[in-house]
Parts: sequence; structure tokens; C-alpha cells
Amino acid sequence: MNRLSHWRAPLLSLIVLLLLIGIWHALTLPTTSKQTVNAEYAALVGAAAATGQKSTFPTPADFGAKIWQHLKEPFYDRGSNDKGIGIQLGYSVGRVLIGYLLAALMAIPLGFLIGMSPTVYRALDPFIQVLKPISPLAWMPLALFTLKDSSISAIFVIFICSLWPMLINTAFGVASVRREWLNVARTLEVGPLRTAFRVILPAAAPTIMTGMRISIGIAWLVIVAAEMLVGGTGIGYFVWNEWNNLSITNILTAILAIGLVGMLLDLMLARLTRLVTFPE
Amino acid sequence: MSAFNDPFDASTSLTRGCSCGRHHSEADHHRDLAGQTADNEALGNRVVEAAVMRAIFPHDDTRRRFLNAVGAGTAMAAISTFFPLGMAKEAFAQSGKLEKKSLKVGFIPITCATPIIMSQPMGFYARQGLDVEVVKTAGWAVVRDKTINKEYDAAHMLSPMPLAITLGAGANALPYTMPAVENINGQAITLAIKHKDKRDPKSWKGFKFAVPFDYSMHNYLLRYFVAEHGIDPDRDIQIRSVPPPEMVANLRANNIDGFLAPDPVNQRAVYDGVGYIHTLTKDIWAGHPCCAFAASKEFVTTMPNTYRALLKAIMEATAFASKQENRKKIAEAIAPANYLNQPVTVVEQVLTGTFADGLGNVRKEPNRIDFDPFPWHSFAVWILTQMKRWGQIKGDVDYDKVAREVFLATDAAKLMKEVGLKPPATTSKSFKVMGREFDPAKPEAYLAGFAIKRS
Repeated sequence: MNRLSHWRAPLLSLIVLLLLIGIWHALTLPTTSKQTVNAEYAALVGAAAATGQKSTFPTPADFGAKIWQHLKEPFYDRGSNDKGIGIQLGYSVGRVLIGYLLAALMAIPLGFLIGMSPTVYRALDPFIQVLKPISPLAWMPLALFTLKDSSISAIFVIFICSLWPMLINTAFGVASVRREWLNVARTLEVGPLRTAFRVILPAAAPTIMTGMRISIGIAWLVIVAAEMLVGGTGIGYFVWNEWNNLSITNILTAILAIGLVGMLLDLMLARLTRLVTFPE
Repeated sequence: MSAFNDPFDASTSLTRGCSCGRHHSEADHHRDLAGQTADNEALGNRVVEAAVMRAIFPHDDTRRRFLNAVGAGTAMAAISTFFPLGMAKEAFAQSGKLEKKSLKVGFIPITCATPIIMSQPMGFYARQGLDVEVVKTAGWAVVRDKTINKEYDAAHMLSPMPLAITLGAGANALPYTMPAVENINGQAITLAIKHKDKRDPKSWKGFKFAVPFDYSMHNYLLRYFVAEHGIDPDRDIQIRSVPPPEMVANLRANNIDGFLAPDPVNQRAVYDGVGYIHTLTKDIWAGHPCCAFAASKEFVTTMPNTYRALLKAIMEATAFASKQENRKKIAEAIAPANYLNQPVTVVEQVLTGTFADGLGNVRKEPNRIDFDPFPWHSFAVWILTQMKRWGQIKGDVDYDKVAREVFLATDAAKLMKEVGLKPPATTSKSFKVMGREFDPAKPEAYLAGFAIKRS
């Protein structure tokens, strides 16, 4: 009985997947119609246009073949504008990690300060409230203009979008450390630095990690859009380049890859969060 | 006499005699076609010989009479005694020391950028000792910003852009140079397949059109075309700016009814069965400019040798691309994912001019796209009249001054001579756009002649 319930959820997932692929397959079944134009004309246009139709959405089989093609050769390099999907994902993850780590280096100490001092909190609050809701891509033209480098601009956009959740969560976590614990520390005459590292940091760690987990999700969402805008390298550029070619199978492959990498990044942060959580 | 002809041939025809216009007879055309891998060095030598002969005999008939009198071999020997042809050929082959060898040049993936793109896979940059990386870019604004940032040493732009930037319309005023036009013709009006019975522009009221950019030849040509048919482009139809890669997707989704776009977008719409080619822009204005090769003034002045070498490569590529017989090879070189990322047949149809029109016909228009680098001042003046016509610029415009400052015709002429192309003697010419004569000396009178305008 127990073993059966263990398998029930994955089984249901599999059924949903098969059902989706089945519907997709049924909707994209090739319609057989006669060629309506002469052979000379047909040689110049796509297969669908030769039968007087618009080109169609790819079938699951086309998609599978394309994935296999990318899996066989994920790291090819045929010039500066044509690199394998593995290399493109590598560029994107690299940019996200640099921007994200820089944001963490700034957000966590600043969040500590804001959380520990109500005055600083009130002083900085208006700035945070105004800057937080700005779409990170709105910074892009400004970044390109001032930083004068497109790949630094992309990193800056990641930095600015991962900053706020970390900052706010750190401040919140630090501010809501239990009074009793701080009082106990004070009674035992623990120094302020030691209090910060031995009492506040462990107590606020789960909240901080939650902020970091939200941030990495946002950063990964934003990098695709940012790279579509500036181009050059990265998975966002790959999507844009294939859109240019109207290659839906390649775009679907990229979508799948983006989803998988996003999931992996989230899982990593989830593991780290579990490490610092404590039972009360 | 063309720069690529044998200057020691007295019988060279001065009118263009073959299907591509580069050879003096159809037989020569085929001979050249057979030996397609014409030795580039030999071509370079030919160019130098032509330049020297032209310098000595500025008039073709004097050159002919001289050659007929003494014979080609004697002529070459005679000239070699007082003019060191060998040294001149060497001097042409190598210029000054390059200040910078690895360069980055930005481009938008459309066939207008053909000379810029093809120079990389086909080795025109390498021949000048340059290691050029051509970088695909998402849009015109990004190209502009990356050129300003110096991430790109030079870039592919729309020919009205340098004018707009100089006038401060839609951008900060910055010193730009436009030493070469890249292509002439090569655009088209494409309509959705559902409008295949609405061929008459008068029936287009309420249509939504897309053009690649506000400051583009595409925008001005579309406005001109519909206005000549009595449709007001601001009131009767909608025109929006849509990046070329998104155009076919939008046409398929019925978000737009048509577009005036650069290729391969038009041919791609046909290839996917989404649209049909209504009018080629060469039938609106035969020989109109479209895209341009642009560089910041700073690059030009601080690295003159590199700039010269780069421009030489582009000019040589342009000369190569202007020959019909090379077009198939070029299509193969620029279609892969690293460059245009399109099916080879689509690019080939655009470049060769033998194409499917989307209605079941195969059309043959060898001049669908052509390549000619000379930036005529009169082109700039025409663009300025249209900017004023549609209210993009207001007040008095010193047409001549702006045209001279931005379209570096004299520089282009000098460089064209250096690479052995023959620039025209004047920098201004009058031309016809849809049968209406344009006189560059009287822009205001031209502007006053339009019934539909905003100023």
C-alpha cells in the first residue's frame, strides 16, 4: 500500500506528459494535400507553401529530433554568432552568477545594517520602495549608455534585479530576530560583532536564504530577456537568433533548456536553505 | 571604361553589353563565369593598370586611338619605361602599417549587409591583413549604442540614420561618417496572402503596415508609394516600426497586413506561405540606396590605415557582389547560422533575382538587389526632403550642407579610386521616383509639389 502511494505521483506526472504530447501530436498531424504549383516554383519555397498553405507548427517528433541533434553536439563553435546550446547556457549561467554574487555581496551587509538600525531603515526605505518595482530591463538603455559595454550592462541588469529581494529579506530577517535571544546575549555580555555573527546571522539565515532563492529565480528570468536585447552570446541570444530564422523547434529546445537550468538553480538554493534551517 | 576591364584592349565596349553589365559581350560574360575563381591578384594588377591608363588617357577615345596605333604589347612596354607599373601594383597591394588588426564590425541579419558579412567567410578582410569578427546584433538602436561604446569599430546602419543622428532627430548629435552605401534596391512591399486580391493600393485603407525603423528608407518609400496612390500614410493606414525578425511572425499572426521590409524577410514570408511580394522597391525608385557602412569619426582619424584597409575590403567585396555570377557563391557563404541564419534557397532567390513571388509565379528580376558604394549627395537631399515632408524635422533645412557633412562622397570617391572602382565625376544627380523628377538643386520646390504632406 505504502509503496503504491509512493509511485502514484510520478505516475500521474508521466500520464500528464504523455497526454500533452498526444494532444500536441494530434493537433500537428500533417495534412496531406496536393501540390498546387509547378515544380520550378515548389523548389523555391517551403513544403507547406508549395501546397498553398502556411508553414505549420512542428510535431513532437520534429522536436525530439532537434533535441537529439543538440544533445549530440552541445558545445560546437562555428564562429562568433553560432555556438552550441551548451556554450550559450554556460554564458548565461556565468552572467547570472556574477551579477547575483555581486548583488549578494552588497545586499546582505546592507540588509544587516538596515535591519539592525530603525533609523537607517526609515532613511533608506523611500529609495528602496521606488527602485524595487522598476523592471530591470528598463535599466538597459541607461546601462548601455553609461557603462559603455554590453556584457557588463547585462551583468548590471542581473545585479539590480537580484538586489532587492535579498536586501529586503535580509533586513526583515535581521529585524525580526527574537528579542529574548538578543537580551540573553546582552546579559552574557557578548560583544556586538560576536552577537551579529553568532546570534543574528544564524537566526536570520533562513529568511536571507529565502530572499536569495527568490533572487536567483528572478535573475534567471531576466537574463533571457536581457540577452535577447543586447545579443552576442547566451541562451537569450540563441532564442532571438532562432526566432530570426523562424525555427520553432530550436526555440522549443531553448525553452526546455531554460526551464531545466532554472529548476537546477532553484534546487541548489533550496538545498542550501535546508542546511541553515533550524527547528524552534 | 569600367575599372575591371582590360585597359589595353582597344575594342572594350563602353556601353554595357552582357546580361550582368560587367562584360562587353555575352561571350565574355560566360568566359568569366567559367573561370569564376578569377585570381584576385590578377584583378588587383588589372585595376592598377586601368588606373594608370586612365590617368594618362583620361578620354577613352584617345586611349583607343593610341592602342590601335601601337598595339597593346608595345603600349604596355612603352608605359612601363616611364611609369613603374610593377611598383604601382605593389603599392596598391600593401598600404601603411595597420594600427589595429582584430576588429569587430556589427551587422543586422539582412541581405543589405551582404558586403560586410561576406568579407569574413570569403576572406576579403583577411586579404587586407585584418582579423575581423562580424557580430550579429538585435536592432538598430543597439548597433548605434555599441558603435558609440566602441565595442564595434564599424557597423552596418540604415542610410538615413547618420543624417538623423547629425540633425539630433531621435538620438544625440554625434560625429558620424558614412563613407559607403552598401546596397541599392533590394527591398519589397509584402502583403499577407489573404490580401492577394487587393493588389490596388487604393484598396489598402485601414491596413496596418510595418517598417524596420522610423528613420529608414523603408518608411519613406512606403509613405511615398501609398501617397502617390492617394492614401494618406498617417490617416488612412497605420505604420509601425517592427524589427525585421519579428515581421514574418506578426504577418502570420495577422497583427499586420503587410510590410515594406529588407530581404530576406520578404522572401522568407513567401517561403513560409505567409505572404506575397507586391512591389519590389526598384520599381518605386530604381537604384535607391538602403543600408550603409558607418564608422565613428574617431575611428577614422585615429586609425587611418586600419580604416582604409577595412573600407578597401568592403569596397572590394561590393565590387565582387555587384557581379551576378558571384551571387550564388555569396548566398551559400552568408546563409549559415553564423551569419543570416536562413535557408540557402531564400538568400539565393534574393541575390540572384530569380524568385517565387508567393502567388505561384517564378519571377526573374536580376536587379532585385545590387551593390554600389557611392554615397550620392542627392540621395541625402532626397531623404531630408522626406524627413521634412513627414514632420520628422521642422523648420528650414540647409539640405546641401547636411548632405555634404554626412555623406562623405569625396572621401568615398578617393577610396573607390584606390581600390580601383570608378567613382562618378559629380556628387549629385537627378533621378525619378515613381515617374516624378527629383532635382537636388530645388528640394523646396520638390517638397511643394506633393499633395499629401505634414509640413
